[in-house]
Amino acid sequence: MISTVALLLCGPAALLATAILAAAVSRHTAATRLVYGAAFAISAALIAIVASHLAGNSGEASATLPLGLPWTGARFRLDGLSAFFLIVVNLGGAVTSLYALGYGRHESAPHRVLPFYPAFLAGMNLVVLANDAFSFLLSWEFMSLASWALVMAHHRDEANRRAGTIYLVMASFGTMALLLAFGLLAGPAGTYAFDAMRMAHPGPLAAGAVLVLMLLGAGSKAGLVPLHAWLPLAHPAAPSHVSALMSAVMTKVAIYGFIRVVFDLLGEPAWWSGVAVLLIGGVTAVLGILHALMEKDLKRLLAYSTIENIGVIFASLGLALAFKANAMPSAAALALTAALFHVLNHSFFKSLLFFGAGAVLTSTGERDMEKLGGLIHRLPVTSFVFLVGCVSISALPPFNGFASEWLVFQAILRSPELPQWGLKVIVPAVGGMLALAAALAAACFVKAFGITFLGRARSAAVERAHEVDRWSLAAMVVLAAFCLLAGILPGFVIDGLSPVTLSLIGDRMPVQMAEPWLSIVPIAESRSSYNGLLVFAFIAISASLAAFFIHRFASHALRRGIAWGCGFADAVPAAQYTAVSFAQPIRRVFGSFAFRARETVDMPAPGSLEPARLKVDMHDLAWEIFYEPIAGAIDFATERLNHLQFLTIRRYLTLVFLYLVILLLVLALWP
Amino acid sequence: MNGLTFDIAHLLAGSLVLISFMMLYQDRLFALINVFALHAVVLALSVAWQAYIQDAHHLYITAGIALVFKAIVIPVGLHRIIQRLGIHRDIETAVGIGPTMLAGIGLVTLSMVLMLRVTPEADPLAREDLAFALSIILLGLLVMVTRRNAVSQVVGFMSLENGLVLAATGAKGMPLVVEISVAFSILIAFIVIGVFLFRIRERFDSVDVGALDDYRGERR
Repeated sequence: MISTVALLLCGPAALLATAILAAAVSRHTAATRLVYGAAFAISAALIAIVASHLAGNSGEASATLPLGLPWTGARFRLDGLSAFFLIVVNLGGAVTSLYALGYGRHESAPHRVLPFYPAFLAGMNLVVLANDAFSFLLSWEFMSLASWALVMAHHRDEANRRAGTIYLVMASFGTMALLLAFGLLAGPAGTYAFDAMRMAHPGPLAAGAVLVLMLLGAGSKAGLVPLHAWLPLAHPAAPSHVSALMSAVMTKVAIYGFIRVVFDLLGEPAWWSGVAVLLIGGVTAVLGILHALMEKDLKRLLAYSTIENIGVIFASLGLALAFKANAMPSAAALALTAALFHVLNHSFFKSLLFFGAGAVLTSTGERDMEKLGGLIHRLPVTSFVFLVGCVSISALPPFNGFASEWLVFQAILRSPELPQWGLKVIVPAVGGMLALAAALAAACFVKAFGITFLGRARSAAVERAHEVDRWSLAAMVVLAAFCLLAGILPGFVIDGLSPVTLSLIGDRMPVQMAEPWLSIVPIAESRSSYNGLLVFAFIAISASLAAFFIHRFASHALRRGIAWGCGFADAVPAAQYTAVSFAQPIRRVFGSFAFRARETVDMPAPGSLEPARLKVDMHDLAWEIFYEPIAGAIDFATERLNHLQFLTIRRYLTLVFLYLVILLLVLALWP
Repeated sequence: MNGLTFDIAHLLAGSLVLISFMMLYQDRLFALINVFALHAVVLALSVAWQAYIQDAHHLYITAGIALVFKAIVIPVGLHRIIQRLGIHRDIETAVGIGPTMLAGIGLVTLSMVLMLRVTPEADPLAREDLAFALSIILLGLLVMVTRRNAVSQVVGFMSLENGLVLAATGAKGMPLVVEISVAFSILIAFIVIGVFLFRIRERFDSVDVGALDDYRGERR
């Protein structure tokens, strides 16, 4: 009987084989279909294996391959957490491959994308399965490098090269932090297997250091502020289906790494560890969505919104840590379930939105919202599913975003039971930040949908746009259906997550399937309950009734008149509301603080025919406060050390000699 | 251990350090090579004595290698090289002799202090041997650092290797493989550097490594 893990490992192996095959045949015309078809089949097979494993209630399974470190081997393991993330990764992978079956045909350089795409999927699968630090880090780096290669697919563009460089630097930095974290976890004995790490309980200082290093390592990959700088550059630089995969799935793999180490390997958390994660999550959520609001490039907007959602997830994880530290397992299970549910939801709607952005990009060639507009007439199906994605990510019922964010707030509302005053104050404050972020997200996606799809076309390319191919549409429709299903039947997902919370926290949320009418009741009926199905049914029934009454009883006399031009005599498309003007009120309220935004009006002299100009000056403070000083310091140091490269042979010998003597002196004088 | 055998081993190792000091103030190439040959002879004696007192017969082979290659073949080869290159003139030391000698004394003190401190449990003979060997290695490095001529840098390097051999033979039970490999590494280094010297000569008409720097456009 072959074990489930061995069967699962065949998936990444098959993906790697596909990658090698793709490198060989990538210039062939059928290669696109072959590679994405294979990736789709393998991802679907992996989902099926995990599902059958879970259905069989087989518990945990593990396997050790005779590779890697000689005394550790390459260990892989499937438990509740990795099974959940495997499903997230492979659902994303399968849908993305389906989309790419159509979208990939428009790719200008398929030989730069095809070999790395399956390799990227394989890397993500291996990270989630790894059961020792060595395989984890190796797969992590493999995933980073494969995604880097995909970011650099269109390397002739200067901006993409810059994005790739910054991504590579940040990925190396993150891996270094992870390496140090695992080093601390392994302790002086150097046990790199996760099983041994789980047994060893590090002291409070080491545990704190591991938490900080994980926030740096996993946080830099996930996009926590201020480590997010690479994300809005790199994610949009890749082809759209890869952007979807990076934003919707790779950030989740980073979250998996964080949960695996902080909740599983690190043992009992201290209460202040929750504070750090909570605060960073809250700040990330607000700043991410503010950045997204300021953005007029559709894909960059989506990338910034990913940062917001990562912030929500991390805040919820911080809450789970705080509850776990205070022995409130039911509340911790609620917070962790909310975080994982949001992981799943975000992977659905962010993939959907990136697919939509990709469809807009292929049909118009534009990413800049200021040049789009009116696409709802040209791309009816795309705009409908994009609207579903926007509604879901804005957390409006009955879609899935609402269900998970509602659970997050339910967890926040349990904060008065926490004993520490610090947490009692901070958790509601973070709750306020999340509420602000949710409201801003709604504004942001009103902007994204309204400016892109409504109004009138702002450029000629838009007027020639036509609907994309069937594969892409099928992928988007499937995701839209997932968004709706997870929204109206959240109980299934919540119950499905119970093995994860049971193994990580030791408790679970109440069984939701037992509730009447498919309601979800996170704590008790007397406190709160939500029924997505009922909301959906109400919306559907009332909307159809309204439509029926209007069509049945309203006057059938048709009258065409001129649309009101808001007082503008000449309604040119450029006079419409733009993305920048839509965001202006919010920029005025928050921008002066968050981005040091300044508006200057350049008024021409009386009589001059020049137009007046409104200039907005914005700064990315994370970039200016953190990155530029570090880059400056590195530049300075390298400038100083540069002349060491041009010494004489004797000087080099002298340097070595002096260094040796100093070393010996230290050894001699050491007490 | 017998007092006399210890004293003789001590004497031989001590004289190696002394001869290393002699190398520091030789300012002619021929004299430097002669002192190196003497260094190798004393090394061979010391290794042979170790072979005798440890009753380790394979060490006689090491002593033979040291005597044949380092005391005869290499000095003769270097003599020939110098004659063929025609550089019998004075060698300029980069640092004055006085400071060099002072630095050498400092290095020997350092290695004594260090070695006697870190090896309190070891066999006294091995301890002294290691301390002397470290001194010889540091003095060899000092020769390399204070000379500008490539030939004298080669000599400094080989006296450093002598220190390594002394350390290897002082420790009981070191397998023969190590010594042979050390000896061969020196021979190979000698050949490579010999070829290298001719290359420098062909190209720059000088074996002063300063010529290399001039070629690279660097200032000293």
